[in-house]
Formats: sequence, C-alpha cells, structure tokens
Amino acid sequence: MSAPFFALLRRDIKLGMRQSGEWVNPLAFFVMVITLVPLAVSPTPALLAQVGPGILWIAALLSVLLAMDSLFRQDFDDGSLEQLLLIPSPLPLLVLAKVLAHWLLTGLSLTLLSPLMAVLLNLPLSVVPVLMLTLLMGTLTLSLISAIAAALTVGLRRGGVLVTLISLPLHIPVLIFATAAVQANIDGLPIIGFLALLAAFLLIALVLAPFAAAASLRLAIAGGE
Amino acid sequence: MHIIARWWDAFQRTVGPRHFYEMTKSWLPWFAGIALVMTSIGLTWGLLFAPPDYQQGNSFRIIYIHVPSASIAMSGYLMLAVCAVISLVWRVKTAEMAAQAAAPVGALFCLMALVTGGIWGKPTWGTYWVWDARLTSMLILLFLYIGVIALQHAFDEAAQAAKASAILALVGVINLPIIKYSVDWWNTLHQGATFKLTEKPAMPVEMWMPLLISIIGLYAFFSWAVIWRTRHIILQRERRSRWVKELLRQSL
Repeated sequence: MSAPFFALLRRDIKLGMRQSGEWVNPLAFFVMVITLVPLAVSPTPALLAQVGPGILWIAALLSVLLAMDSLFRQDFDDGSLEQLLLIPSPLPLLVLAKVLAHWLLTGLSLTLLSPLMAVLLNLPLSVVPVLMLTLLMGTLTLSLISAIAAALTVGLRRGGVLVTLISLPLHIPVLIFATAAVQANIDGLPIIGFLALLAAFLLIALVLAPFAAAASLRLAIAGGE
Repeated sequence: MHIIARWWDAFQRTVGPRHFYEMTKSWLPWFAGIALVMTSIGLTWGLLFAPPDYQQGNSFRIIYIHVPSASIAMSGYLMLAVCAVISLVWRVKTAEMAAQAAAPVGALFCLMALVTGGIWGKPTWGTYWVWDARLTSMLILLFLYIGVIALQHAFDEAAQAAKASAILALVGVINLPIIKYSVDWWNTLHQGATFKLTEKPAMPVEMWMPLLISIIGLYAFFSWAVIWRTRHIILQRERRSRWVKELLRQSL
C-alpha cells in the first residue's frame, strides 16, 4: 500500500526540483511581500517588531496559496491525474503524497528562510525557534486545506483567484494561533497551549483533508453525473 | 421498521425534482402569506409600539431586523451542509438545487445582519465596526458563503458545480465551529474588555413577542425565497426532460 505513496512522493519532489520556478517563485514572493511592509507602513524598528509576526505569517499564508494553484494543475493538463486515479491504491493516500512533496518544496523552504525575514523585521532572535515551529506545523496545515480548494478548481481555466477565495476563511484559525504563539513568546508568556492547538489543527487536516481532496479530484475528472 | 420503510419510500418519491416542483406549487402562497402577515405584525409592533429600551432608547429597535437576519444566515449555512450530505450520500438532485438556491439568499441575510449590526453599533458603541468576536465570525461566515457562491458559478456544467460546492459547504461546516472558537479566543487574547451587547436583560413580553413574530415571519420569507428559487433552478436544469417541455407548452 505504501509503495505507490513513496514512488509518487519521489516523483513529485524530483519534478518540482527540476522546475525550479515551482518552489523559487513562492519564496521570492514571500520575501517581496515582507519587503513591502516597511516601505508602506514604516521602517521604525519598534513598530516592525510589533507587527512582525503578523506580517511574516500573512506573507507565508499568501505564498502558500500562490503555490497551491499548481498542485494538481500540471498533472491534470498532461493527463497523469487520470492515471493517478486508476492506481489500485487509496486515492487519499496519493493526494497526501502529492501535498507532502509540494510542502517539502514550498512550506519547508519557506520555514527555513524565515529566520532571515525575522531579522529583516527586527524580531528578537530568541523568537526564531518558535516562529519556525509554528511555520512548520502551520504551513503544512494550510497546504492540506488549500489542497481541497486546488482539487475543487483543477478543471477550471481560471482557478487561481478561486483557490484563494475558497481557502482563505478556512486558514483563519491557523493564522490566529500561530501569530498568538509568536507574540506570546515575545512577551514571555507560555506558548504550549497555542502549539498544542496548532498541532491539533494539523492532525485534523492530515486525517480529513486528503479525503475531501480525493473526492474533489474524482469529481473534477468524472464530472457531476 | 415498517413505518420507517414506508416513510423512506414516500420520502424518495417526493424528493425527485418533478415531485418537488409539483408538491411545492401549493406551498408558495402559504409561505408568502405567513411571511407577509408575520413580518408586518412583528416589525410594526416592534418598530412603533414596543417600549423603548431603558438604556439604548429607540436605537435598540433594529434588533427586530438584526436578530432574525443573523439567525437565518447561520441556519442557512447549516442548510447548505445538510443539503450537501443528502446530495452526496443519497444522490438526491433536489437537495443540490436547494443548496444552490439557498446560498445567495443566506449570504444576503448575512450581509443584512452585518449592516444592521453596524448601524446599531454607531449609537450604542460609538462606532460602526468593532473587532468583536461575534461580528468577526459573522464576517467570516459571509466569506464562506461567498466561496460557495463563487464555486457554484465557476463551472459550466450545473451538476459538477453543485457537487463541488456541496463538498466545499461540508468542509466549511466542519471548520465553522473551529473558526468560531478561534475567533472567540483571539478576541479574549488581543483585546481585554470589548464593547459587548449588554447582557441580555430579561426582556418584557411586549419586547420579545414582536421579535419572535418577526423571526417566524422572516424565516417564512427565507423558506419562500428558497423554494421559489429552487423551482426555477429545477426548470432550468430539467429543461430537456419531457415534463418540463410539456409544462412550458401548456403555459404558452
């Protein structure tokens, strides 16, 4: 049962690495959005430190969403998505493999880049581990949730804005607790509760989202009847 | 068991689009009548004759529109999810169409709750909008509605649009309590004491009675609008079937 899972994971990572735009563009977007904030709001270090966690997280959320549109699109265009549906292995598992591969290239690299952004935004260095931990759990949750939206819109020519529109409201809980954890860490308050909630969201998404995304993919391929 | 089997049979027979269309024809005037009478009584009583609030004076009267709208907006989304389950599990086409019909109506009531809330907020809190937990989650509910409606309009094929938005409505309804509690926590985290609607005092009868009547009236209006829209969607989507063609020929 797990052989197709790992084969698909390897394939998608390899494909993603070769098309560097897939994972470099969202990262560049992440950096640029963060650059815009001091320009638009104010470069005052104290102010940046105050709004920093929120900005970092909004930028991360947007770049995850931007990357998400391409999750199934290429496979849909060249017909390999149909082949994927024919593999005698549970489709939710395969969807999970695709999302994981996608996340390893986008969400994980974004997490690894975040300390640098924290410096740019004048956040204290002591907050970096917590920031990275929230991004690690949070971006995977966001990827799983947006995978449903990507699957629902895969057959549509103009799916991009729709993916964002559909998944943004569902991202709000992650955004709330991730930024709350970082802020609490800056203020010297306990953060374990926030992290536990983020982990809980991640587990719920891990269990339920692949099923919803798989059902949506079947619908996209087979049509409504 | 016997009764359940019979009930199930009857249910399956009545939920086909054609039976639903024929069955609801006689319902429409009833719902319209109840909506008209109850809403007029409730609103006239509430807006003109109910006693003013001892703290808020007359501005509280917007409650007679605000509370029913908010309630309908929430029940409307729940209805989308229930229809989604029915259409995905039992493949009942009428449930798809009812969800399609209900989404914009629910969204409008959601918008109305937000707007009346803002208008009410100005004299009570001194500002049109505060990031209070209830206001924020209502706004997010509107976003969820917008997502479902946008998805419904994105497909060329009506059946696919209906199924896709059914899946989205289900995902949304699972998330709704999570969002609701997150926003509640966020509210207590980020701002200590917010303006809150004064803890509901025990309302006198002449205040809550018109509210109850307007709630019933506006729910009847919501039902009327949803059934009316469902009937139109049925005609549109079944336009190639013989009974719809027959119906059209007769009416011409």
